[in-house]
Amino acid sequence: MTKQKTVLFACGTGIATSTVVAHAVEDALKERGITFHSRQCKATEVAGQIDDVDLVVSTTQLPKDLGKPVITTLAFLTGIGKAEALDKIEAVLRR
Amino acid sequence: MAKALMNYLDPGAIILGVEAGNDQDVIRILSDRLHSLGYVKPSFAAAVLAREAALPTGLPLGLDNNVAIPHTDPEHVLKPGLAMATLCRPVAFCNMEDPEERLQVSVVFLMALNDKDQQIEMLQEIALTIQSADTITALMQSNSVEDVTRLLA
Repeated sequence: MTKQKTVLFACGTGIATSTVVAHAVEDALKERGITFHSRQCKATEVAGQIDDVDLVVSTTQLPKDLGKPVITTLAFLTGIGKAEALDKIEAVLRR
Repeated sequence: MAKALMNYLDPGAIILGVEAGNDQDVIRILSDRLHSLGYVKPSFAAAVLAREAALPTGLPLGLDNNVAIPHTDPEHVLKPGLAMATLCRPVAFCNMEDPEERLQVSVVFLMALNDKDQQIEMLQEIALTIQSADTITALMQSNSVEDVTRLLA
């Protein structure tokens, strides 16, 4: 068993869309046999919270060059491209 | 399982066929309604407008009718609530994912959020609602609050 990875979920307020996305990703990846640590923050706080994070999933644009994988997607709100987004997240977490 | 959207949507905060010149008009109209119904502080509208300018909330649905979900920080909110407008003509909101892109939006959900754990179900229900093209089309065709209530109950 490898160490559980940490995913940072970001959005504009840190409480709204990132909460929906975090729950949706947790549920969907549990079905794929993957669990992870989950945190949330505002998009403006990501740079200060990135150190112990393996992946950032955001609904809004983030600064470039954060040094960690970033997936920006609205798929968990609009339903469009959800499977592809989950595949990308799974690929990073299985590394 | 998320509960029906009408559990969160105040019938007094459903405004159909709004004639708005731009995104700010819609946000002001819905904010005024949430304020008069006691959901938000007087500072709410300005805070939502500021947030929308910096961090837009348009969601592309791949349809003619896109959706926007404006909201702001909890300190402007008295109690959680939801207002909705359908627009007689779409107005441009910028895309949450790409602020450079303007989306033609016809349905706006204005969210008053003050606690993430309490509002997760409301947000999930909005997401479920907008993922149905049929529901969005039916919302646009609704002529009365009763129509909307039946659709989203």
